Amino acid sequence: MADPANIPPITVAAPRVVSGSLGVIAFRLSTTVPGIISAGIEKGELVVRTTRHRLLDLMTMLRDDPRYACQQVMDICGVDFPERAERFDVVYNLLSVTHNHRIRVIVTTDETSPVPSVHQLWPAATWWERECYDLFGVLFTDQPDLRRILTDYGFEGHPLRKDFPLTGYVELHYDEERRQVVYGPVDLVQDFRNFDFESPWEGILTLPGDEKAHADRQDMKRQG
Amino acid sequence: MSDVTLRSDTDIPDSMLPEDSDGEVKRHVVEIDSHALNFGPQHPSAHGVLRLVLEMEGEVVARAIPHVGLLHRGTEKLIEYKTYPKALPYFDRLDYVSPMCEEQAFALAVEKLLNIEAPERARWIRVMFAEITRILNHILNLTSFGLDCGALTPALWGYEEREKLIEFYEAASGARFHANYVRPGGVARDLPAGLEERIADWARTFPKWIDDLESLLTSNRIWKQRTVGIGVFTTEQALAWGFSGPCLRASGVPWDLRRSQPYDNYDKVEFNVPVGRQGDCYDRYLIRVAEMRESVKIINQCLEQIRPGPIKVRDHKITPPPRREMKRSMEALIHHFKLFTEGYHVPPGATYTVTETPKGEFGVYLVADGSNRPYRCKIRPTGFSHLQAIDEMSRRHMLADAVAIIGSLDLVFGEIDR
Repeated sequence: MADPANIPPITVAAPRVVSGSLGVIAFRLSTTVPGIISAGIEKGELVVRTTRHRLLDLMTMLRDDPRYACQQVMDICGVDFPERAERFDVVYNLLSVTHNHRIRVIVTTDETSPVPSVHQLWPAATWWERECYDLFGVLFTDQPDLRRILTDYGFEGHPLRKDFPLTGYVELHYDEERRQVVYGPVDLVQDFRNFDFESPWEGILTLPGDEKAHADRQDMKRQG
Repeated sequence: MSDVTLRSDTDIPDSMLPEDSDGEVKRHVVEIDSHALNFGPQHPSAHGVLRLVLEMEGEVVARAIPHVGLLHRGTEKLIEYKTYPKALPYFDRLDYVSPMCEEQAFALAVEKLLNIEAPERARWIRVMFAEITRILNHILNLTSFGLDCGALTPALWGYEEREKLIEFYEAASGARFHANYVRPGGVARDLPAGLEERIADWARTFPKWIDDLESLLTSNRIWKQRTVGIGVFTTEQALAWGFSGPCLRASGVPWDLRRSQPYDNYDKVEFNVPVGRQGDCYDRYLIRVAEMRESVKIINQCLEQIRPGPIKVRDHKITPPPRREMKRSMEALIHHFKLFTEGYHVPPGATYTVTETPKGEFGVYLVADGSNRPYRCKIRPTGFSHLQAIDEMSRRHMLADAVAIIGSLDLVFGEIDR
């Protein structure tokens, strides 16, 4: 895992390419709909960022407005950026089978602020929200079935958070005396080895005589 | 027997009483309470480790509550700690019935972020093996679906046919199931000599096998009684519940990602997209049979159009250099070492890339942060939303119909639980 402080922000604020029908949608959304933080094309995909309290209005419009007609929510997932104030992204991938386009809606939240549930718009959202709650601890309001889904019964913690260790905290073993499988603290024979592949030379700001090449490399890293 | 209570009741119609019950015979009615039935997780027709808590009223399903996650291995977490090349084999192990289609989704996502494209021959190989995988998957699904409903023979025939396809897998990748063959930037290695002819030979004989399968099931009276009108899902329901693939098409939505959002070389092949009307288990079966026939067509077209050429991008920072070069060239050796230890760095960005796997839309939401490991790799399994709808689908059906519905949804828990 790279040092979180060094991770460049992934957000691309302004739409870089506005073209085709997706560009039209992005332009229309960003100019006419209130509460849109940004709407643009990233890597050829339409990405809309909005706020939690505007989410339901936007989602209802994306589903019911015939210009967007997103009949399906294909995926809802979380992404964790622990260095941010609102550390979680909740990502909704919507699909319109009539217009053949996808719209990605992203809202941010933290551990305590709940996100409005969209299960009344798409019943399929229930399990995706349960999964997001289970793995990240993101809360959803008005979600009647916010139980864990993928982890074990009685599991503690939210494993896809970046501060949750890969090996977890507990492991299972068979207890001969109690004649059942019990949980115990995880006991590693060897620690998980985490190799750092960041080039050590990039830590040195400028090698003598190498200033230009170094600046170019940093630019490339920044822009991708 | 604690669920069975005996009670005497007076409002029984005379027609239901035994013949010799004139007058003062005691009348007993057995009333069966609604009760919960634990189906699985080790039930053979649960297709893996599905625990389904069924609330029954007699033999009628009142409510079906699936419990998933018994095969949860934390794939998404593990991928965050692996380099991109090392993350790929996890995709074989998700839906272990259609491995290459899932590798393809991850490979396409990484290629999109790296802004590279696989060479022409690699794209043909991918399409061809994706279709072989589709047949591989549908054979297993249809025959085990038959097995769930009491038809033993299709499964026996199907395994023989699957074996031939698995041998193609083995010839191309060296592994029968977990192929690790479709890589970002192309495929792992070229097809061995003679494999194309073997696939062409097989593709000539396979339609006959589909006919044989259909002769066992399609017009079989028992099969139709078990599947026609069972688990009906309307177009609106299927869309709202996030269905994709054959299950969505059976409900009357002409939607196929290979056609509507083509990837690799799917825009260069001609095929039909079968669409059903009823949205019942029988339609889902028919769609899959029709899809196998279309897959054979696509495989034939691939074999016609495939030409010799490079099978991976020449940038050896992304694909390993040939073994021969490594023995002679220092640079190739360094590339090889760097690729298999450090991997490659993927520029920051995010993509939601989808492929039409045999079960439906399989998506990879990949977030890269510029390092050599995915920052986040969300896997969108197909069966997850199908299984979620099982409550709605099997409500007021008999217990045996719930089994047919599970079979028709084509669930694989490696993928659902991740």
